[in-house]
Amino acid sequence: MGGYGLYVWSSYALALVLLLGNLVAARVHRKKILQDLISRLRREKSS
Amino acid sequence: MYTWIHKFGSPKHFYRIAGKVIPWTAAITVILFLYGLYGALITSPPDYQQGESARIMYIHVPAAWMSMFVYMILAVAGAIGLIWRIKIADVMAQASAPLGASFTVLALATGSLWGKPMWGTWWAWDARLTSELILLFLYLGYMGLTTAIEDKRTAARAGAILALVGVVNIPIIHYSVDWWNTLHQGATVTKFDKPSIHIDMLIPLLVMAVAFKLYYFTVVLVRARADVLFNERRSAWARDIVAKVKL
Repeated sequence: MGGYGLYVWSSYALALVLLLGNLVAARVHRKKILQDLISRLRREKSS
Repeated sequence: MYTWIHKFGSPKHFYRIAGKVIPWTAAITVILFLYGLYGALITSPPDYQQGESARIMYIHVPAAWMSMFVYMILAVAGAIGLIWRIKIADVMAQASAPLGASFTVLALATGSLWGKPMWGTWWAWDARLTSELILLFLYLGYMGLTTAIEDKRTAARAGAILALVGVVNIPIIHYSVDWWNTLHQGATVTKFDKPSIHIDMLIPLLVMAVAFKLYYFTVVLVRARADVLFNERRSAWARDIVAKVKL
């Protein structure tokens, strides 16, 4: 990378971290909502 | 068109259509990133002035474009939510904010990482950099405001108004390099005459830009879809879906 390796690879690494992080956060968000809704439905049925 | 908007605006259809779209946009995103990275890191030539450090461009420029694009989505969706009370628009706006903030952080950070070897400084209080930093604060303000207000409708309205007021910053970011003397270089792609960038750099740059855009659509739909299901949890279709889900 012609002496710029640290700057170039840090940029690509940060992009990877942010993009994967957002993807994981969205999936966790979805999973939490589903778990919440499932337990709400169960509580309704049992009461 | 109008009926189409209404159909897509109905939560049930949104949920169903988004569920079908996500795997496709996800697959195309991965393919474009692989192709774009191959071009960015391997086939594209080093810049004749900046050498290999110019490879930061393939992250920096798409991230900066996305930071503005997502902000426009935030503002337009906010306006649609305000005027026509379409709830999906509010959901899309709020799901977009963390992504937009991330793109802004990425644009600023990669700008720093590029600025240090090229300009000799991590940061300068220059028009382009400062207006992009203000964009980050607008995103953070939006996220703070919409999560701080308990009532969903009020939160969406307050957020939409903040987003609309902040739109004034977008042309400032774009034209800052023309209006003021700045360290930042001028536009090279979005010029009316020929873009002043070599085709072997332009193609990977545009591929990366499309990859970033599809990535955004994929992730925002995952988030918005979950929010829609939660908002509609009392309706029959949503209960049917929840009843069938296996985690």
